[in-house]
Amino acid sequence: MTDLLAARTQMAMSLGFHIVFAEIGIAMPLMMVLAEWRWRRTGEQAYYDLARRWAKGTAVLFAVGAVSGTVLSFELGLLWPGFMRHAGPLIGMPFSLEGFAFFLEAIFLGVYLYGWERVGPRAHLAAGVVVAASGAASAVFVVLVNAWMNTPVGFTLDAAGGFANIDPVTAMRSPAAFQQALHMLLASYAATGMAVAGVHAWMLLRGAAPAFHGRALALALYVGGPAAVLQPFSGDLSARVVAATQPVKLAALEGQWETVRGAPLRIGGWPDASREETRYALEIPRGLSLLAFHDPHAEVQGLRAVPAEDRPPVAVVHVAFQMMVGLGSALALVALWAGWVAWRRRDLSSDRRLLRALAIVGPFGFLATEAGWVVTEVGRQPWIVQGFMRTAHAVTPMPGLVAPLATFTVLYLGLGAVVVALVASLVRETSGARA
Amino acid sequence: MNAGVGLPELLAAIVVLALNAYVLTGGADFGGGVWDLLARGPRRAAQRTLIASQIGPIWEANHVWLILVVVLLFTAFPAAFAALGIVLHIPLSLMLIGIVLRGAAFVFRSYGARDDATQQRWGRVFAMASVVTPVLLGVIVGSIASGAAGAAADRLASARGGSFTSLYVAPWLSPFPLAMGALALAMFAFLAAVYLALATDDAALREDFRRRALGAAAAIFVAAFGGLAVAHIMVPQVSGALIGSGSAGFQVMTALAAIAALWAVWTRRWQTARIAAALQVSLILWGWVLVQYPFVVPPTLTIRATAAPRTTLELLLGALVGGALILFPSLAYLFRTFAAAKR
Repeated sequence: MTDLLAARTQMAMSLGFHIVFAEIGIAMPLMMVLAEWRWRRTGEQAYYDLARRWAKGTAVLFAVGAVSGTVLSFELGLLWPGFMRHAGPLIGMPFSLEGFAFFLEAIFLGVYLYGWERVGPRAHLAAGVVVAASGAASAVFVVLVNAWMNTPVGFTLDAAGGFANIDPVTAMRSPAAFQQALHMLLASYAATGMAVAGVHAWMLLRGAAPAFHGRALALALYVGGPAAVLQPFSGDLSARVVAATQPVKLAALEGQWETVRGAPLRIGGWPDASREETRYALEIPRGLSLLAFHDPHAEVQGLRAVPAEDRPPVAVVHVAFQMMVGLGSALALVALWAGWVAWRRRDLSSDRRLLRALAIVGPFGFLATEAGWVVTEVGRQPWIVQGFMRTAHAVTPMPGLVAPLATFTVLYLGLGAVVVALVASLVRETSGARA
Repeated sequence: MNAGVGLPELLAAIVVLALNAYVLTGGADFGGGVWDLLARGPRRAAQRTLIASQIGPIWEANHVWLILVVVLLFTAFPAAFAALGIVLHIPLSLMLIGIVLRGAAFVFRSYGARDDATQQRWGRVFAMASVVTPVLLGVIVGSIASGAAGAAADRLASARGGSFTSLYVAPWLSPFPLAMGALALAMFAFLAAVYLALATDDAALREDFRRRALGAAAAIFVAAFGGLAVAHIMVPQVSGALIGSGSAGFQVMTALAAIAALWAVWTRRWQTARIAAALQVSLILWGWVLVQYPFVVPPTLTIRATAAPRTTLELLLGALVGGALILFPSLAYLFRTFAAAKR
């Protein structure tokens, strides 16, 4: 394994680990606040129990997100000093703002978790609202940086290849900024809400504490369901930005090698880089041109338009994209189904077929997030700043990067296993919750 | 030195202020973990309970100061951040592992299974990580202060290069940085002991932490003068600057704060002790900063040479002022909420 690949793998693993906890840190506080609000409005014990339970889960998962996020902020320099040396002044603004948002999140989470008996009811609920809002703000700020890496603006290149005439405010408003931030926020609510719904659906199937889990399921669906249904539309917005700004990434997503008018949409298939063709795909004629440019005859630039060393690993990107779309669509369909059942005023928690579907698609949102992150990051390769800086030029000169990769892999595998066991035990405790 | 004091210097000072805040808050949380590891005697369990109750609501907020330091460093002084990320890769990675294990183990102990075996296991991980992390932080600072990290970065930049050990290991795995690691550990433990004594109403528990504070104060004395002796032999430019006439007044202030802190602990004036201890530790930190001014990473990377373009610095200052207006009232609310509760 080359040092560059080791560094990329370590960054991917660190991000892949953190992103799950980041999404939970964004959506879970909203859910616990909703539960507390319902309790204060209705006085029903089940909502109080639920708020306390969800707060407990939030406490554990937020802490893991906080420390794994710290790792990432250091890894920017440990692995990509060449990137940070040049890009730091451009992208530091959103990171700094994120720092303050994270401060508010941590401060008011402390107040929320430990302040049930110490602050008044309004103050407590307000603390939770601040946690939820600043979590969302943090996500937006961080994604602004990634959007800039995909669609860099706000500078000129000097003779030495560095960034000159920098404008950090323009950099924050890069062409992909809004679409990527929206996509990430919706992903957070959809993945977390539907995963929590899946857990409670599974507990209902086992017949545990129906009053408690029924209310939990409904609240989780309120957060996750609409986001899951809206996400495909947000994905369409994102794809059109990619089509306009990152043609090579779009071609990799679709396994499109030739530049053609009226390009097809490919479902499945395997892009073969050596033969420069994508085989075994189900092709919908003109579908790609239609979706990406809203014009069935639009020209789509193929991968062959750029030299092989400027192309990402096409198969990885194409497969990840298919996974993201497939998992996200399944999630949206089940969310629609649940919405339909609720709209017909039938009891969600007694519809066993729906509960089974919800339990099955529970992890889909997080899997789709991982796949989507692979799409945007691997799809940008070999660039770290699209078109301006190659990842190979950003990596640290320190040799032996396999060692930190192995170390952090072991650390995160261990941590992941403990978290899963802990969350499972927190869930199991609720089977005897007051009904 | 006469380049004047302008925006870059102001932002460098804010970076140090953020680090100072981290040392006084997050540092003390690590110090709490040290006393968890060293919990002894009949009130062992009560000591641990007090530590956990004091850290619980605030450690994550306190931890954000470190993130702020990192973010400010790479925004305002990107070349310095890049240089340190390269040559201090190993101790920084080890410190991160400590940070991850400390935080994770703390919540696993707080929210995990209540059986003794599980509690003890995570308690042990929490406490060990609380000892290792401050040492590494001190080692990193010591490596920067000694100029060894900067010299290695210079050799890399000039393509003179060197062996893996000379570039990535020797700059931090040497006596002076290790002495600074010991000093950081002693300072954090001292702060924690003083805060904990103030935080309890139990007289016996308070005496436990008074003894610990006195022990930690002695450890600071040994580590500081041991570090100075090591510096005198290995990095004379650092010891020379520390005891030179230029900083003599500053060192006298530090000594006075140390004596005041010791006196206040000795005479059980806990409010005074907290202020004096925080002052002492802060002055030690600023003593380092003063010695290496105007360098961010001595011997070559100065504040001016590594500073980001003016546009960035201006925007950053604006964001910091705006952020502070929200941050400080929020922090005050957090600390007031949990300080009022214990009385």
